[in-house]
Amino acid sequence: MQVAKVIGDVVTTIKDENLSGIKLLVLQPLDPDGNASGRTLVAVDAVGAGVGETVFFVRGKEASFPFHPTEVPTDAGIVGIVDHWDVER
Amino acid sequence: MQIARVVGTVVATQKHQAFGGAKLLLVQPVGLDDTPRGTAILAVDSVGAGVREKVLIVMEGRAAGEALGRKGAPVDAAIVGIIDSVDVQE
Repeated sequence: MQVAKVIGDVVTTIKDENLSGIKLLVLQPLDPDGNASGRTLVAVDAVGAGVGETVFFVRGKEASFPFHPTEVPTDAGIVGIVDHWDVER
Repeated sequence: MQIARVVGTVVATQKHQAFGGAKLLLVQPVGLDDTPRGTAILAVDSVGAGVREKVLIVMEGRAAGEALGRKGAPVDAAIVGIIDSVDVQE
């Protein structure tokens, strides 16, 4: 998983039917210092996250597991909203 | 599997139920000389690791789910061991 900031949302009308009703959010992955790190991506939301929140997301087919038995065609999914994180070096 | 250094902890109240009770640690993959390699990732801890420890991580969904002991968990990384030492002979 990775920590990321939700920086936007995506609206689609024509899409795979297994994506209907699922919120799509734009994520900016963060490094441990909270700085943007790497490319932005679109992820399905399984926990009710919103723009501006810090979340963690899972990559790969496991991103579709929260929607089981629906086979959601996704490769990234938000699975938690971060309350706080502490980094020690 | 990869070698990583635990650099932090993450607390989340609202999360998928499969994470209930699981410890989430921020880990930085490192090379054999302990230099950071790639981006830090969030892993579930199944062995009781702590911050600053060197650990063994899996970065694959099925393996991570098994480490967590829950089938169908939406996870892609898990700590599966605490490293005592690494010996490399070249």
